[in-house]
Amino acid sequence: MKAVVTVVGKDTIGIFAKVSTYLAGCGANIIGVSQTILDDMFVMIMSLDVDRLTLPFGEFADGIRAYGEENALVIHAMHEDIFHSMHRI
Amino acid sequence: MINLNPSDILETIRMIEDENLDIRTITMGISLLDCADSNIDASCQKVYDKICRKAEHLVQTGEEIAREYGIPIINKRISVTPIAMLAATGNGDPLKYAFALEKAAKEVGVNYLGGYSALVQKGFSAGDLELIRSIPEALSVTDHICSSVNIGSTKAGINMDAVRLMGEIIRSAAEKTADRDSVGASKIVVFCNAVEDNPFMAGAFHGVGEPDTVINVGVSGPGVVRSALSHRPDASIQEIAETVKRTAFKITRVGQLVANEASRRLDVPFGIVDLSLAPTPAVGDSVARVLEEMGLEECGCAGTTACLALLNDAVKKGGVMASSQVGGLSGAFIPVSEDEGMIAAARSGGLKIEKLEAMTAVCSVGLDMIAIPGDTPPEVISGIIADEAAIGLINTKTTAVRLIPAIGKTVGEEVDYGGLFGTAPVMPVNPASPKKFIDRGGRIPAPLQSLKN
Repeated sequence: MKAVVTVVGKDTIGIFAKVSTYLAGCGANIIGVSQTILDDMFVMIMSLDVDRLTLPFGEFADGIRAYGEENALVIHAMHEDIFHSMHRI
Repeated sequence: MINLNPSDILETIRMIEDENLDIRTITMGISLLDCADSNIDASCQKVYDKICRKAEHLVQTGEEIAREYGIPIINKRISVTPIAMLAATGNGDPLKYAFALEKAAKEVGVNYLGGYSALVQKGFSAGDLELIRSIPEALSVTDHICSSVNIGSTKAGINMDAVRLMGEIIRSAAEKTADRDSVGASKIVVFCNAVEDNPFMAGAFHGVGEPDTVINVGVSGPGVVRSALSHRPDASIQEIAETVKRTAFKITRVGQLVANEASRRLDVPFGIVDLSLAPTPAVGDSVARVLEEMGLEECGCAGTTACLALLNDAVKKGGVMASSQVGGLSGAFIPVSEDEGMIAAARSGGLKIEKLEAMTAVCSVGLDMIAIPGDTPPEVISGIIADEAAIGLINTKTTAVRLIPAIGKTVGEEVDYGGLFGTAPVMPVNPASPKKFIDRGGRIPAPLQSLKN
């Protein structure tokens, strides 16, 4: 299963490192990254392979959202099919 | 590689986080026909057992899908075979079914269970009258049960005896729950041309032509539509219609995805996606505000019916393409108490019952969640039901009435339920009496299907 993680927050040093370290700790494999700075805001979208997660996906999604809040970031982890459904015919 | 457009991803997240996009309900339809027994206690036990068995994992599955896909699923509900059909098989107090259903609803953890219902469009059969007369009591002693009665159809006409009776039943339900803002009346829907696969409460029931169990999904999203229109302030009417279609497509695709997943995980056939714009009292989640975004000063002013007709049609056109099976009520809902913009317009006096009645001729369902003065006599309620049913009858569409006689209150006061049911300002009704007309009883004949002017 593939998932999409989005990270939005004020640009600071080490956001990528923090998030990728967290993902590695959960067993999520990063297979693609798109990142930019928009008006001083850090915006990153990651594509993940989550077949080897060490915890159920729901708990992973809740956990990374909470981790984002601790670090002043808005982080979402969602099954990629929701984006395919909505934006592809 | 990311094979998705980042702007599409961020749009989806914005819809969910900022514009209140959600799945309003996953509703499991369950047939109870195989539970019928001439011994009502045995029948109730079978009903309880079957609901608990079939819906055991419904709530948990809904929550899992919501977490995995990041889309809120607000309600998990059950609809069942109209209970009057079970009541017909044996003697006994139909209230026993209400208690069995309530117990089952609590056991499986659903928000509501619909189907304490009767279909009497052409006349009453065994069990119908007993069940209808028990509705006020059933709704006053239960929290999760919803009730509906179909009193007319384009094929059968309008059963005016049932119309008269339902005026009394709605008033009685309000009186029995007068200490709780007459909440009983908010759980009764009187239909003309009721649909058998409606996932929305309070009017959901599981039709006799449906499979044994089925998953139906209702989507929401007026906030998303309003936001899309707000980005195009100078758009032409055609561009507005196109924008609504595109947005409805995206909303419905999420509903289809959730429906497929729920169906697969629960091993229950997928029934339909209901293409709905269902508002909530939350700011930014209002159908009235969508109409105002099109250029109305206030919902209820001249032009409202035309804007609603455009919206309703465009939602269907966009949604049909997005789902493999469409059904239910499908269209924009206009429940006054559940829509922040409608509440505001009703408070200001700009939105009146007569305008709402006109609006129901071009949109989904009907006069919905409208509080009326507590001293409104039953025959006036019946008259309103007859008017609304006539619109459905002639236009071959579903119409419904969910009125709340606010016992002890009058115009200028409000009933407040909190949550999704919201706040309803008491709206004035024409006090002149239709009593003689209502007391005639009988049946309004089925209409001609040609010469349609």
